[in-house]
Amino acid sequence: MTALAPPRLPTILPLGLARGALELRRFFRSRETVVFTFALPTVLLVLLGSVFGDHAEAQGVTSSQVLAAGMIAAGIMSTTFVSLGTDIAGDRDDGTLKRLRGTPMPAAAYFIGKVVLVAVTTVAQIVVMLTVAVAMFDLSLPDTAGDWLTFAWVFALGVVGCSLLGIAISSLARTARSASAVTQLPYLALQFISGVFVNPITALPTGLVVTASFFPVKWMAQGFRSVFLPDSMAAYEPAGTWELDRVALVLGAWCVIGLVLCLTTFRWRRGQDG
Amino acid sequence: MTDAAISVRGLRKRYRGSRRPAVDGVDLDVARGEVVALLGPNGAGKTTTVEILEGHRDRDDGEVAVLGTDPADGGRTWRARIGVVTQSATDLLELTPAEAVRHFARYYPDPRDPDEVLELVGLADAPRAVVKLSGGQRRRLDVALGIVGRPELLFLDEPTTGFDPQARRDFWRLVRALAAEGTTILLTTHYLEEAEVLADRLTVITDGVVVAEGSPATLAGRQSRPALVGWLEDGRPRTEATATPSALVAALGQHFGGEVPGLSVRRPSLEDVYLELLSAAAPEPALATAGGAR
Repeated sequence: MTALAPPRLPTILPLGLARGALELRRFFRSRETVVFTFALPTVLLVLLGSVFGDHAEAQGVTSSQVLAAGMIAAGIMSTTFVSLGTDIAGDRDDGTLKRLRGTPMPAAAYFIGKVVLVAVTTVAQIVVMLTVAVAMFDLSLPDTAGDWLTFAWVFALGVVGCSLLGIAISSLARTARSASAVTQLPYLALQFISGVFVNPITALPTGLVVTASFFPVKWMAQGFRSVFLPDSMAAYEPAGTWELDRVALVLGAWCVIGLVLCLTTFRWRRGQDG
Repeated sequence: MTDAAISVRGLRKRYRGSRRPAVDGVDLDVARGEVVALLGPNGAGKTTTVEILEGHRDRDDGEVAVLGTDPADGGRTWRARIGVVTQSATDLLELTPAEAVRHFARYYPDPRDPDEVLELVGLADAPRAVVKLSGGQRRRLDVALGIVGRPELLFLDEPTTGFDPQARRDFWRLVRALAAEGTTILLTTHYLEEAEVLADRLTVITDGVVVAEGSPATLAGRQSRPALVGWLEDGRPRTEATATPSALVAALGQHFGGEVPGLSVRRPSLEDVYLELLSAAAPEPALATAGGAR
């Protein structure tokens, strides 16, 4: 950039942002990826919301509104965990990572690029889902600063934790083709046992609830219910309260676990490359 | 040390679960500004060697210095000085060549002008998405991304596999232009004609060991090999190797009383020498008995 000698290596943050711009360009240019990434959780929300309909749970809250709050958690997991898991496995498979490894691009810039990609796609996903939920199921957006704050930190911790887990699970997939199968199983299973599709969560067998409580989706869904539903609905949670302190604790713990898993398992090369 | 681009002594690498080492004590020297081709059959250890030099792989043993640095410790500054063109990448599909080259230029402290690079590799008029490029154009994009950082040392791993003859010749012109600018190039290839055209020096590897080294004209004593004289006798082709081809041709002329049918005189091609080297270096167990007389 400058005429000063000797030329210095470009700094990391602008490179990371440039990678983010490139990732977004690639993402929005592959139309099937865009359509299906955004459509899957939204279509499920519309279908299941219509099936449950206006059946009133309590206090004027409908089943579809309870579902919508939980589906936002699932939407986050879809654009972070599932998308990143398959995307990075793809980068490993098609030579992206190998090519980057042969350049002076720092690894941090690659991950900043993925963070930018995930941040933009996840926000877009949530906007789409909230719009549908508000329009079709009369979900009301939070009206206090406190609820918005809760929304913000549940969203942030959920995105970071699930993204890190997505990066980690990408190393488990031997090829890009197996990656979508590898990520879909935990994604779908966790939705079923975490009180996303089945509400209230206490209607599930205790063993499943206990299992779900070890993973982030249950806590994200619970956090979002506390934001979008009246506080009286807390009575339907396993503890009878929103347990926001525990939501923060478990999601925070998964951020740490995810980071450790990433640092210990990330591979630049394909599994079969020896 | 500073005038050697690559210096390798006793390089060894064995993959997990494999009984034979992939690279078993390779020595290799490449001077600055030199173009060196690594030749050898599939599985000989060429790509493993190159990937260790690029810093893509660990080694088990040996001393390696690439631009004076051990690739295992090569940081960003070192990577900015090398260019790597690996085999078979299928990434960047949604971008155009220009977007890809401009983006990769940002990684380097002193990149070439992306438009000049596109011009140089002949992709200036290819505004289409990478996914629509032909195999040859795709490979030229790989080279563009490998040279955009103005590397002192360029690794080309089987760069022209799958090219048609015209594309191969265009590619050779590009590589020679880079070499003329002073870029040191380490090339692996299966095409002996390519090695002969491009390389100052050849190194033949088989079973992880260097079996021959030399210039294309003198590899394995090629220049002093007997000439091969061929002709037709009773409608059947005959060949004879001789150190004195003129005398043999004169004798044949007398024998036939004039024109010798189907006469040809040639020196062993690089391919002849190369194939001989391979069969001498690593005879297949079944062939070793059959061809034992050689």
